[in-house]
Amino acid sequence: MSPRKHTQSTKRTGAPATTLRPEREVHRVAASVLRLAKERGVPETEVHIEESIQALTRFANNAIHQHVAEHGLIVSIRTAVDGRTARVTTNRVEEDALRAALEDSLSLASHQPRDSGLLPMPSKQRYRAVHRFHAATAALTADERARAVKKACQLAEREGQVAAGIFSSGQSQSVLVNSRGLSAAYRQTQATFSITMQQGSAASWAKANAGDVRDIDPAELAKTASEKAVRAVNPMELAPGRFSVILESAAVLDLVGFLFYDFAATAVADKRSCLSGRLGKPVFGKNITIADDAYHSEQLGAPFDGEGIPRQRVMLVDRGVVKNLVYSRRSAKQAGTKTTGHGFVLPNEYGEAPLNLVVSGGSTSIEKMIAATDRGLLVTRLWYIREVDPYEKIMTGMTRDGLFLIENGKIAHAVRNFRFNQSVLEMLRNVECLGPACRAAGEEASEMVVPPMKVRDFHFSEVTKF
Amino acid sequence: MWDYCGHSLEVARLRGASYADVRVMHLRQRDLTTKSGRVGTLGQSESIGLGIRVVAHGAWGFASTDKLTREGVAACAAQAVAIAKSSALAKKEDVQMVPEGTYVDSWQGPCLKDPFEIPLETQLDLLLAADAAMRSVRGVTLSETDMQFRKIDTWFASSSGSKIHQRRFISGCGMVATVFKDDAIQKRSYPNSFGGQHVLGGYELIESLDLLQHAPRVGEEAIALHSAPQCPEKAGTLILGGSQLGLQIHESIGHPIELDRVLGQEANFAGTSFLTLDKLHHLRYASPIVNVVADARIAHGPGLGSFAYDDEGVPAQCIDVIKDGEFHGYLSSRETAHLIGLPRSGGTMRTEGWNRLPMIRMTNVSILPGPWTLENLIADTEDGILMDTNRSWSIDDRRYQFQFSTEIAWEIKGGKKTRMLKNPSYSGITTEFWNSCDAICNADHWVLWGTPNCGKGQPMQVMGTGHGAAPARFRNVRFGTAFSKQ
Repeated sequence: MSPRKHTQSTKRTGAPATTLRPEREVHRVAASVLRLAKERGVPETEVHIEESIQALTRFANNAIHQHVAEHGLIVSIRTAVDGRTARVTTNRVEEDALRAALEDSLSLASHQPRDSGLLPMPSKQRYRAVHRFHAATAALTADERARAVKKACQLAEREGQVAAGIFSSGQSQSVLVNSRGLSAAYRQTQATFSITMQQGSAASWAKANAGDVRDIDPAELAKTASEKAVRAVNPMELAPGRFSVILESAAVLDLVGFLFYDFAATAVADKRSCLSGRLGKPVFGKNITIADDAYHSEQLGAPFDGEGIPRQRVMLVDRGVVKNLVYSRRSAKQAGTKTTGHGFVLPNEYGEAPLNLVVSGGSTSIEKMIAATDRGLLVTRLWYIREVDPYEKIMTGMTRDGLFLIENGKIAHAVRNFRFNQSVLEMLRNVECLGPACRAAGEEASEMVVPPMKVRDFHFSEVTKF
Repeated sequence: MWDYCGHSLEVARLRGASYADVRVMHLRQRDLTTKSGRVGTLGQSESIGLGIRVVAHGAWGFASTDKLTREGVAACAAQAVAIAKSSALAKKEDVQMVPEGTYVDSWQGPCLKDPFEIPLETQLDLLLAADAAMRSVRGVTLSETDMQFRKIDTWFASSSGSKIHQRRFISGCGMVATVFKDDAIQKRSYPNSFGGQHVLGGYELIESLDLLQHAPRVGEEAIALHSAPQCPEKAGTLILGGSQLGLQIHESIGHPIELDRVLGQEANFAGTSFLTLDKLHHLRYASPIVNVVADARIAHGPGLGSFAYDDEGVPAQCIDVIKDGEFHGYLSSRETAHLIGLPRSGGTMRTEGWNRLPMIRMTNVSILPGPWTLENLIADTEDGILMDTNRSWSIDDRRYQFQFSTEIAWEIKGGKKTRMLKNPSYSGITTEFWNSCDAICNADHWVLWGTPNCGKGQPMQVMGTGHGAAPARFRNVRFGTAFSKQ
């Protein structure tokens, strides 16, 4: 889906959207925890406050059947005393509750063995500004979501189809401070529209996610899914085997997304990453370049990690060669290098991970990929993907909501869904061409920036009944 | 809490709700993990808040808040009613619910030893000792353990007059040894993979697992898998261990029988179901020896799906799902029951927390035990493969075609368990698979397994479900396709 002009109605009716607390108020709560900790004589204290307002309109059978809203705030306190640390989280902000959480954190921390690798908390950091809070998303009302859903359902009814999906919107803020003077804050909005159009026993699907709801066009997504559902009827059964496939960006996202933790230095040190023993080697094809870039214009997320360290842009794979990993402060120290700002909140056993993958794209549109394919399959999305082999990174899963046979450069017929058992490493060595990278939304991985791909010899092992 | 419940219900009524129910929930959780000799996660959390579900203008609305004041819950109730009125902009027909009784009750699930009262040192000492015992096996490259405890208080009230308090303790524990060698990764877990065993109960679960006795074996098997031959690609006789059969039930029986899936309400995300309404009482789901129930009653056992009342105030029940092989019943709610002619909900509406809407979820979906001992079942098998402990699971969005892989397998030849096999997997079509079941082990082998991580819904909710299972045998099953190169 291409972004559209910001022309959405500003008319506000129905249940009003609520608003986040002012940042200074959240800082006041954090400061009160630091004050209590100081009074208690705690050597090091970290306070992480998350506030979230989310709403979701859910529809099925051409009508809204679930419609929800939530507003919550959590205060997470980590204390560190003599090489021992623990975290306690509460959603109660009155002083007695914060004091009790602080005491619980101290109690948990004190009843464990000393960890000689625990680092002092980081001091004040400088952050690159990101602007990811959009008033239009924050102000979206239940009525506005309901009206957009109604239009999608009306389209389905006109076409003799049945629509199901969601339209969600939300806003959140995060404040992270510690007793060494670190202070970080971040706000964002996010909206998602996802729709499945069912025509008889066939179905197709479209989904978009953005920080600014005006970048999402529910009517266009509904039209795309509706037109594809028409083509998805009467699927033919093909024998499983190896096929050239054109993976739409959602399918690429949900497969490549399973690689993200393999780039963690801790995973490699623990010898559970598929990249163990493969650093500096040409693991992927020369047309594959992957970075982690929290500052990419189509990414969302805070510019700091779980300890408040600024996220850095990291080149992970350069023209097929694994170049770098990401590091937390602890894993960086163990490896004799510098943190890249990718650590999880402490304490944890996983270390870090890149959460803003950007896979470089190419210039071949999906239409051109189809036109250049003598025989292959177009894959709309994948489903229920799980890891079969962690070192060869063999993943299994199903195609879903639109699998089409391509013959002589054209979509020839709908095809019954396949199960695949495919090494992602092998897949990324077999990429023949790439489309433009975009912010993709799937169901297995978080939204990231990936291109559609044409891949040869993709392995389908079995066929299902529809 | 009852004051907040009552006040929010009254505000909802005054704002125009024709029905409302409210849940105040207080959730407490402790998470402990170790990795290769040091503490990993060490954390505790609590969350308390209120969620109210209403019908207004014939449509649903739900809102939740952590502001537990009279003003806070009143605003939340008003928001829920306003949302319901927005929902009515795109409704087809008014919400209908089957009738249900009014209950005033208080119930607490089983818990002999409150896990939050057990000293943290005791818990960590056990985990670190098990962690060390796995690493005492030379070649183990990663050892991990975990414990998780939850205490959940729910105050439910409805505009029909019900007022129900329930308290549930949940405990879980597990360990895993991983071995990286010769460009391959193998792992073994105990008592189950992906977090171990989880039950409705207290620290007595942890004490019953005897982690230290099993830890060296877990490490040794992870080592041995590297030199074991590959599971062959062929069709043959399969014996599944109890925990794997529990997950097989979860994916290929538990999810297909959820009536919201059947009715298309999950079509966009979790999927639908091959069990269309015409199949009720007309489908031979399984062979005649297979009997499956969805039993939320505590009499079934301390499962993650055990409770006294579901989250719309319906008492726990036992539903026949498969009776002598025939498909017999769905999981239903007050809103969906009438669509299949039921006079009453099956009592399966459950919510993850105060900020989530109750939805149809599995309770304890269990296969009833048969007459076999495992020893006799192996002795009765001329040529087969015994697979145990899940490694991966996947099934299509209508729940026909599945593929599972397990951590370990053993070949059975001439009625004896022989050599170990690595990378085992099997696949099939749900009804074909269940109709091939020809033996189920007896009650001595039957364990009520906990699946703590079942995801469903938008926004996503993670729910614990129970699955009683004993080892069972299946004929003519396809093996090895997960690693097929064809």
